Order: sequence, then structure tokens, then C-alpha cells
Amino acid sequence: MSSRIPLLTVAVSFFLLAGVLVWIATQERGRPSPEPRATAQASDAPGTSDERPAGSAPDEPASTTSAGPTADDGSQPFTPPPRDALPDDEFGAMVRKGEQVFTNTQEHAGQFVGNDLQCANCHLDAGRLADSAPLWAAWGEYPAFRGKNKHVNDFAERIQGCFRYSMNGTPPPRGHDVLLALQAYSYWLASGAPVGESLPGRGYPELDEPEQSPSYARGQDVFESHCALCHGDDGQGQRAADGEIAFPPLWGLRSYNWGAGMHRVNTAAAFIKANMPLGATTLSDQQAWDVARFINSHERPQDPRFTGSVEETAERFHGQYSTYGQTVDGRRLGANAPPAGTAPASPSP
Amino acid sequence: MHGFTHWLLTAAMIATGSAAAAQPSGQTIANEGLGSDAAPCTSCHGADGGGNPAAGFPRLAGIGAPYLADQLDAFASGARDNAVMKPIAQALSDDQRRAVAEYYSGLPVPEQDSTDTDDIPAAGVELAEHGRWSDGLPACVQCHGPAGVGVGERFPPLAGQSATYIENQLRAWRNGKRPGGPMGLMAGVAAKLEEADLAPVARYFAAQSPTTDEADDHE
Ligand code: HEC
Ligand code: HEC
Repeated sequence: MSSRIPLLTVAVSFFLLAGVLVWIATQERGRPSPEPRATAQASDAPGTSDERPAGSAPDEPASTTSAGPTADDGSQPFTPPPRDALPDDEFGAMVRKGEQVFTNTQEHAGQFVGNDLQCANCHLDAGRLADSAPLWAAWGEYPAFRGKNKHVNDFAERIQGCFRYSMNGTPPPRGHDVLLALQAYSYWLASGAPVGESLPGRGYPELDEPEQSPSYARGQDVFESHCALCHGDDGQGQRAADGEIAFPPLWGLRSYNWGAGMHRVNTAAAFIKANMPLGATTLSDQQAWDVARFINSHERPQDPRFTGSVEETAERFHGQYSTYGQTVDGRRLGANAPPAGTAPASPSP
Repeated sequence: MHGFTHWLLTAAMIATGSAAAAQPSGQTIANEGLGSDAAPCTSCHGADGGGNPAAGFPRLAGIGAPYLADQLDAFASGARDNAVMKPIAQALSDDQRRAVAEYYSGLPVPEQDSTDTDDIPAAGVELAEHGRWSDGLPACVQCHGPAGVGVGERFPPLAGQSATYIENQLRAWRNGKRPGGPMGLMAGVAAKLEEADLAPVARYFAAQSPTTDEADDHE
């Protein structure tokens, strides 16, 4: 082969590369930066949002300082019984069923689910992990008043809420086996835990307000470098080679809906900071706020409380940490949301 | 189109076209090697790319091309420390590494005699399926798929892979003899493992069936 060919290739590649770089540079300059309308709804008027009124039982249970396995006072979080301690009787069978529903909700309670999530996707290690809203810390805190629906909820109703919002589904009716099994599982995990006392590790440890207001553009960078590998470039998750959902979707038709706790930027930031990237939790607080802002600035299933008007729904149910009703990239969030709870259970693989 | 750009593109096509014509295909490299510089891949990895579990040679068939290409690059640079693979990878050009990676990723996963799953140590099952969250260690299957069938192009299948091979890789990560992978995930995982964890968890994955009925359904 003539030695001039490789030389030509090098020269040509150089020109092409230069062209590409110029092109990228112009693209960068043109990129819109859909910043949040800095805390558009300045505050949550009491009783108008999903925030809890002062003095009620928390939806955001963990207090910043005491929560977490590494609390300053050195206190260790509660330890639930090990998996193999499960009794081999009828009660044990119900607990085991609860564990299955919790970790593989699609398969064991599919008729109540309207997206691709499992309970355990947001409550890691099958609801056992401190700082991942563990079930053992929740059990002894109900019945409790919830600002979200303004009455006292027992544990079963709290779980029904998860089906309605986080799982974008239709809650199992009271008395249904699925609810019973989830309660049995939670009760068993809380064996020996005190009742009516907020345990360290409950909920997701709340973050301080960020230094800089959360940014969509910075969040996108965090997403691309720290999340897309697993959750996909388009945030829609990935399936394993056998068709099972391996990495859950973060937005879109098959993720949590506009009424779920996770859609609030502060709640998502707290979850992400403590739990993501999976097994490699190294984000700064600011990065967690930014990426939470980014993932929650995409369309997802409608809020089940939708009144017919995005504006009215935003005002009645969405506080300062919600992006619902805001305009991002020229599109109004919530305006093109697919109806809540109507997505069929996961397409059979 | 601008005359100069047009000329450039044509020149580029001619240049790359003539280069490609002289390249052995991925399949040729796999089956015949590159003369005295690189032995055929098949001599260790099997005629069907199924590997040689007993000897600790991994399966390549059906494994994601970007992952395989990264490994060849790392062998060549020495970042992944392997005396057998280093000269072979160095003998391959950039394009040849990509071609052979593509070839193997497209091969069907060979059927494998099912192994006895009864004697998998309980510690292996526990680690693979539940992780060890007290040490911040997720379950292996969360990224490698149920029973290690693999997820996408970046999380390689472990099911039916050689136990010796898996164990050696975990040890290589622990000893810094292999790059940590995307986001350094495997370096982080291996740092949380104890020597005693390696054999049981390797045994778990080696015993799983590498073929799934539903593969390809969700491209
Ligand atoms: C999309 C993520 C997500 C999914 C999926 C999800 N949850 Fe939750 N869950 C949350 C969030 C957010 C909270 C509120 C935690 C907080 O505010 O700290 C919560 C709270 C809870 C609580 C109350 C915790 C407490 O300490 O008071 C229980 C119980 C619960 N979830 C059970 C479930 C069950 C059962 C399922 C499946 C049917 C489920 N969750 C699915 C995100 C999720
Ligand atoms: C190594 C893979 C991996 C990386 C990287 C990763 N995640 Fe996850 N993520 C998971 C897995 C797996 C789950 C489900 C956890 C479970 O079921 O135990 C999850 C769950 C979630 C959830 C709750 C479920 C849902 O779909 O809404 C959110 C939100 C989330 N991740 C956000 C992020 C963000 C933001 C990043 C980047 C900062 C990130 N993740 C990086 C693997 C990953």
C-alpha cells in the first residue's frame, strides 16, 4: 500500500475533527438553560400543598441531624432481623409474601401497579436500609396525621398512597392480601423496635438548602456522567437480557407520577444523595440537588388529583419544591402528562 | 455542497475504504489470528466463543462489544495486567480490536450443560442476590441482571462464566491489576469484598445457565 494513503487519512481526519469541534462549540453556545423559575411559589401556604403542617406526623420524617447510620452521637441504626430468622409457619409465609410483593411488585401485585417500578427501587435492600426510608422505621410511626390528605392514616392507608402515586397504580382495597402481606413484612422487620419514636435512619436524610439554586443544565451534566450508564441516556432504564427491568426509569410514562413524593426536588435530592449512584454514593449536596432538579423536569404520568387544569392542580397540591406547572425547554410540565394510573402493568417480557 | 468539503469527504471515503479492504475481518482474526503476531482467539476461547471454564478462559460469545473493546484496549496498554493477552491485543490495531469485539458480541451464547446448583455456598447466594448493605455493597444481580444474565452492553453477563475466571477478576480488582470499569464501579465493589467472599460468589454465577429464553426480546 502506498505510504501516501495513511498520510492523506491523517490530514483528512484532522480537517474533519476541526470541523466537528467548531460545530460542537456553536451547539454549546446555543444550548438553552431552562433554569427553575427561582422558587416560583415562594412558600407553601398551609394546607395547600403536600407539605406537612407543623406539629403533625412527618412525611419527611428524618431530622437532619439524628438520622443515618453515621449519626454524630455514634448511635447505630436499628437492625432488623436477618432474612433467615423468618419463622416457618403461617405468619412466616405471610411475611415472605410481603417481602416478595415489596421486591417484585410487578409480579406479585401487578394488577395494582401502573408503571415499571418496584417498592424496593426507592426503599433499598428490600426496605431494610437505613436512610432509604426503611420499613422498620415506618411501622411504629402510624397511625399518623398526613398533610397530604389531611387526616389520620393508618399504615395500610399509607401503603395505599404508595400504590397510587409512586407506583402510579390503583391501590389494593382495604383488607386485601397484598396490604396484609406488606404490613406483616413491615411489622416483622420492626421486631423489637420502639413504637411512636422516630428512629435514626428513618426516611431520607434531609439536605440543607443548596448554595446555588438547583440547575437543570448542571443537573444534566451530573446525569450524563453519573446516572445514564445505568438509567439509560434517555432516563428510561434498562432491561436485563431475560427481559426483567434491571434499572428503573426516572421519568416518562413508566415512572412515578406527578403526585409521588419522589417528584419533589428536595425529596429526590435527599434520596439520591444517600442512595445513588447505586453502591457509589459520592455526589456532593449541590450535585444531588441539581440532578434531582433535572430528572424531575421531565414529563411523567399526571397527578391523580388532577383537577382538569395544570394551574389549579399546581396551586392546590404542589409546593415550592415541585416543578409541576413550570415551563422547561418551552414545555409546561404536567400539560402533556399521560393520565395517571392507566398504564397497563409491565408488558410481559 | 461546498466544493472543498465535498472533496474532503470523497478523499476520506477513498482513504478509509482502501484501508478497510486490507483489514482482516473480526471473524478472520478470531479464527486465524494475525500470523505469528497473534494466535487465533479460538485456540483458548473455543471454536464457538464459549470459553474453557475448566482452564479459566472466559466466554466471549454474546458479550457487549463496547465492553470487549475496552478490555482489549486495557490489555494493550497494560492497565489490565495479563501476560497472555497483552501481546495479542498489542498486535491488533484499534480497528481490529473493535472488529473482533463486534464479531464476538454477535455470536449466539452456546448452550452449556447445566451445572449442579445444589452445592453453591450459601454465602455466595446471599452476596449475589442480596449484597451486603451493612458495607454499602449492592447485590451483584442488581447490575448484572437476575442470575447474572447481563444488562445492556456495559454490564457483562456472569451466568455460566468460568468460576476460576470470575474469582481471578475479583482478585485483580482488589489488587489494582484491572481498571475499575465505568465510573470505577467494580473497583468500589471489590474494595468492599473480603478474600473469603470471592470463591463462593464466583461459584454462584458459574452455576447459572447462560442462556435465557427471552434474550433479544427487549432490544
Ligand atoms: C418512586 C419511589 C418510591 C416507590 C416506588 C415507593 N415508595 Fe414508598 N416512599 C417513597 C418516598 C419518597 C417516601 C417518603 C419518604 C420521606 O418523605 O422521607 C415513601 C414513604 C413510604 C412509607 C412511609 C415511610 C415512613 O417512614 O413514614 C412506606 C411505608 C412506604 N413508602 C412503602 C412503600 C411501598 C409498600 C411501596 C410499593 C407499593 C413503595 N413505598 C414504593 C418513595 C417510593
Ligand atoms: C450502577 C447503576 C446505577 C447508577 C449509576 C445510578 N443508579 Fe439509580 N438506581 C439503580 C438501581 C439498581 C435502582 C433500583 C434500586 C433497587 O431496586 O435496589 C435505582 C433507583 C433509582 C431511583 C428510584 C427509582 C426510580 O426509577 O425513580 C432514582 C430516583 C434513581 N435511581 C436516581 C439516580 C440518579 C439521579 C443517579 C445519578 C446520580 C443514579 N440513579 C445512578 C442503579 C443506578
